[in-house]
Amino acid sequence: MGMTITEKILAKAAKREFVEPGENIWLNVDVLMTHDVCGPPTIDIWKREFGKEAKIWDKDKLVIFPDHYIFTKNPQANRNVDLLREFANEYGIKNYYDVGTDRYKGVCHIALAEEGYNLPGTVLFGTDSHTCTSGAFGMFSTGVGNTDAAFILGTGKIWEKVPASLKFTFNGKMPNYLTAKDLILKILGDITTDGGTYKALEFDGDAIFSLPMEERMTLTNMAIEVGAMNGIIAADKVTEEYVKARTDKKYELYQSDEDAKYVKKFSYDVSQLEPSVAKPHSPDNYSTVKDVVGTKLTKCYVGSCTGGKLPDFISAAKIIAGKEVKVPTFIVPGSVNIARQLKEEKINGETLYNIFEKAGCTIAEASCAACLGGPADTVGRATDGEVIISTTNRNFPGRMGSKKSAVYLASPLSVAASSVTGVITDPREFL
Amino acid sequence: MEKEIIGKAFVLGDNIDTDQIIPAEHLVYSLNDADESKKYGHFALSGVPFEQSGLPEGKIAFINGERNDSDYKVIVGGANFGCGSSREHAPFALEKAGVKAVVAESYARIFFRNAVDGGFIVPYETKEKINNKIKTNDEIVINLVENKLVNKTSGESFELKPLGDILPIIEAGNIFEYARKSGLMNE
Ligand code: SF4
Repeated sequence: MGMTITEKILAKAAKREFVEPGENIWLNVDVLMTHDVCGPPTIDIWKREFGKEAKIWDKDKLVIFPDHYIFTKNPQANRNVDLLREFANEYGIKNYYDVGTDRYKGVCHIALAEEGYNLPGTVLFGTDSHTCTSGAFGMFSTGVGNTDAAFILGTGKIWEKVPASLKFTFNGKMPNYLTAKDLILKILGDITTDGGTYKALEFDGDAIFSLPMEERMTLTNMAIEVGAMNGIIAADKVTEEYVKARTDKKYELYQSDEDAKYVKKFSYDVSQLEPSVAKPHSPDNYSTVKDVVGTKLTKCYVGSCTGGKLPDFISAAKIIAGKEVKVPTFIVPGSVNIARQLKEEKINGETLYNIFEKAGCTIAEASCAACLGGPADTVGRATDGEVIISTTNRNFPGRMGSKKSAVYLASPLSVAASSVTGVITDPREFL
Repeated sequence: MEKEIIGKAFVLGDNIDTDQIIPAEHLVYSLNDADESKKYGHFALSGVPFEQSGLPEGKIAFINGERNDSDYKVIVGGANFGCGSSREHAPFALEKAGVKAVVAESYARIFFRNAVDGGFIVPYETKEKINNKIKTNDEIVINLVENKLVNKTSGESFELKPLGDILPIIEAGNIFEYARKSGLMNE
């Protein structure tokens, strides 16, 4: 019987010939990633359970990115980064990317890709629900809590239930008014926030393989928003080029078999899709942008591991160039590398950075920032009564700060079009 | 493992995400420090919009005033309980507040794993939707041997889905105890 790409990778990691959905198996983990919010409690549990002699199963396979609460005066948040630093020093963790140094990278899921940790065919666990992002590289990646991470830290192993797969095929040529964000919001509208619980989302189709890695990452990033265990896209030439430019580590390519089993298959013609939004207060509260046009806004936000990558800023800049924003607009690069690209990448001879600055945007330092609200002094944080359109991934009550704010999720094109008018606007007006 | 969980129900709606269980701004507190970690109990469920806090009426505080624990021992939820971020602080906060079990139609994967592997609370799945059949403040008895929930206030009872594969982990206490017992940690 055929296997899906997810089943094949899990079988390999469990040293098995064959696995099927529903089986509980023990996996050997290739990379464990953690950050400033979940790292310190993970380390505490690991010490508690493995005792004074606690050993890390493989130091080189542990990767730590402070990224969540780092540019804040909040003392407990800063203490968390101090704890990570002490731990990294004490145990000689070379893959620690300290804030305030030139090793600092930015949001973990983007940094994992940029630093060459995402390798086709491997298994990556992280203490963050959006760890599923790495699945864009034809690998298995998923989020776990602190206890599971502590268990991995000490043993290099973890149990997982093999997920059944859902397949989403997108055919056709991507129109210039659509981005990967519109596709995943459409899926959310179709299957809702629990439509993929405990499943693997596999993306396929010529529209998907026409996308650069960053856009593919937007799709797998939001797999968790339908409750999925992982999102996955088979590696192709684009993947291999991206990976080879960043690491010489070995990897293995996997494809789903023709006769692999799926719980359900969905198929879309991208030329028929519309710019999408998720209305407050859930990522599956789908609407077309067209249907909410004119909604008054107080803030626009382009950032996060979902919508703060180079192609997101290029999309936004295309629309914002030569105009002024009508409401406060925040530009938050997902990584230091992307922040640098903003100053290099040009549209009509002008850098993205200059375009945003001239338009009156606030350009922040690379981090998670207001994507998850954060301490009171977090840049771009939602306050009472605000109505925000954002390229981030969640709009649950209070996610971006105040629970008395309302957040619309949309593509960078739709957010940019809205920023220059002050009301929700269909990007086709400017394209 | 206890055979029975007895306590008052606190009823919530569908899609209770981890930001509602413990808002992100509070994640800075130590989980390890006995005093500081009480804050997680204090802020448990503080992100739930007040109108939906303690259904069917709503506007019921889960934690009263300055307290760090709750009068409610059983959370009754709907579909997709614990969706959203991977924060283990969520089941931890519920345990700190004194919650023993959550009974919901379905769970988000990471919340479910965290609840079980960390040994914080027992996450029971119901066979039917019950958060519209139980009222906040109803007296509940959960029988973990018979997988049954009895509502003492209304006299109704409901079957719960057996804990299945995860029962040995819950019985052991957490994933580490389970792994020690089954020899997985001594390799
Ligand atoms: S940017 Fe947002 S979604 Fe991404 S890791 Fe940071 S907080 Fe999580």
